[in-house]
Amino acid sequence: MIKKDNLIFKNLYGRNDPFLKSALQRGDWKDIKKILKKDPQEIINIIKESGLRGRGGAGFSTGMKWDFMPKSRDKQHYLVINADEGEPGTCKDRDIIRNEPHKLIEGCLISGYAIGATKCYIYVRGEFLNEASILQKAIDEAYSNNLLGKKIKGSNFDFDLYLHYGSGAYVCGEETALIESLEGKKGQPRLKPPFPASVGLYGMPTTVNNVETIAVVPTIMRRGHDWFSSLGRKNNTGSKIFCISGHVNTPCNVEEELGVPLKYLIQKYAGDVIGGWDNLQAIIPGGSSVPLLPKNLCEDVLMDFDSLKDAGSALGTAGIIVINKNTNITKVILRLSEFYKHESCGQCTPCREGTGWLMRMMDRIYKNGATVEELELLQEVTKQIEGHTICALGDAAAWPIQGLLKHFKNDLLKKPKKIDKVA
Amino acid sequence: MSQTSFKKIAEDNMQPKEFSFDKENMQLAKKILKIYPKNYKESSIMPLLSIAQIQNNGWLPKKAIEYVSSFLEIPEIKVLEIATFYSMYNLSPVGKFHIEVCTTSPCMLRGSDDILSFCEKKLNVQIGGVSKDKLFSLNRVECLGACVNAPIVKINENYYEDLDLNTTDKLINDISNNKKVKIGSQSGRKGSEPRKSSYDKKR
Repeated sequence: MIKKDNLIFKNLYGRNDPFLKSALQRGDWKDIKKILKKDPQEIINIIKESGLRGRGGAGFSTGMKWDFMPKSRDKQHYLVINADEGEPGTCKDRDIIRNEPHKLIEGCLISGYAIGATKCYIYVRGEFLNEASILQKAIDEAYSNNLLGKKIKGSNFDFDLYLHYGSGAYVCGEETALIESLEGKKGQPRLKPPFPASVGLYGMPTTVNNVETIAVVPTIMRRGHDWFSSLGRKNNTGSKIFCISGHVNTPCNVEEELGVPLKYLIQKYAGDVIGGWDNLQAIIPGGSSVPLLPKNLCEDVLMDFDSLKDAGSALGTAGIIVINKNTNITKVILRLSEFYKHESCGQCTPCREGTGWLMRMMDRIYKNGATVEELELLQEVTKQIEGHTICALGDAAAWPIQGLLKHFKNDLLKKPKKIDKVA
Repeated sequence: MSQTSFKKIAEDNMQPKEFSFDKENMQLAKKILKIYPKNYKESSIMPLLSIAQIQNNGWLPKKAIEYVSSFLEIPEIKVLEIATFYSMYNLSPVGKFHIEVCTTSPCMLRGSDDILSFCEKKLNVQIGGVSKDKLFSLNRVECLGACVNAPIVKINENYYEDLDLNTTDKLINDISNNKKVKIGSQSGRKGSEPRKSSYDKKR
């Protein structure tokens, strides 16, 4: 569907060198002088017009988020990049960091300029040490070529970019937990309001954006908002990196236009479901936190924010987890319940206690099967957690189970059969 | 479920008597301090703990936590709080090769349970334990974030991807014989490109 010429991430697979010389050949940093001469508000408007929605999961308008930042520049403003990628099924930012680092760095500079931030921290998950060292080398290159630092390319704009390593906490992908963590505290989300745009990192106005969101900004600036919004569908514009994992023949990352049919993505790029399309059981379309879709809904659903919402799920991070019929689906969701139990930060009682309840109930159902009453209780527990916590981790723990109950209730009531070998 | 064993503070007889940054890390630590505003020294706790852990063969003794706290002039409890909250800090000794097997759903669907039990048997180590010769330690971890290259095993700071039982066996043999092993995909594909891995060919 997407034309080769429209691909933003030309080096997604790392077939070419990630560093400056090669990045310049791919068109990175082109016209950066011109871009830095624009009025910051003009850049915000261009991003608004492009329709770019955050690529980290929530899908909020990026331009609008930037517009929330105070216009006066009397305080230090911060830009923080969320590279704490850890949503099961998602591994797109890793490829940007290791194969297209200059797109990210340039994106940071332009975004920082637009929101008046002269300092930027990239919060990389600690496990990505090798990937981040590539990014650090690219940052050093940018500094020695006056693409970062003081008076960048003859402008009056100073911009510093630093890496900060996480240390293994999924919850730090939540923007206020990430800020807490950057401040050297436990990664426990803050109550909002105040929103980071007014009180963020070190109490200063802060914008937190996902890696992919920021990395597409330079290309939008160069090719125009009309070009970007011509890709994809209305309100769901542009292209997106999809990560296709699980039971497919050739799991991969691929950039496609938003609104691409799910079935097309899987058959064209991922070599179809193991055992053929008819062997498909269900798909989790947007990273582990979204409800699954059973096969009948996968036939013609489109991969974008609004279509998936209408189908009762969400685009999330576009991490597609494919599950075929040779697997016990209860076990797949049980593993996710274990994940959320492990990653709950412990701040809010419904999540701290509830994720443990969910995990133990799922474990019991996986081993012994369930009664109708048990399933009702399970649904009740998810409802007690959902919406009753500071951040969305509680919701994320509840939704996969709600999806399972909605679409696979009859399977849960059957006596469990033990087939969980891969294909 | 996972990762409890290395979060337990090691017994006193395993704790080293002292800890301080070596020359290289001292320079690095001073550089790290400059990244953050002067009045927010807490921000340096995480990076300093990380370099302390690397210097101390992959785990944080009590003395290192004390050291970081006095280095930053921050109460020790604040440092300990960070060391216990974040799962990458190990508070008891790990093997020379610390093997972490991802078992979250995308990896599970590609056979990570088999890989984990294979490692247990091959290394004769329980999950959360260290081998007798202290060469290997094994743990089960949550999503490592390389799902299209599943199943994944992280050994020290490196990812080994697209594994099956044969390549896992070879990987562990090569590593214990100090052979150079290619980091990343073990099936010969580049990054996350859509290409058949040996894993798929076999099935």
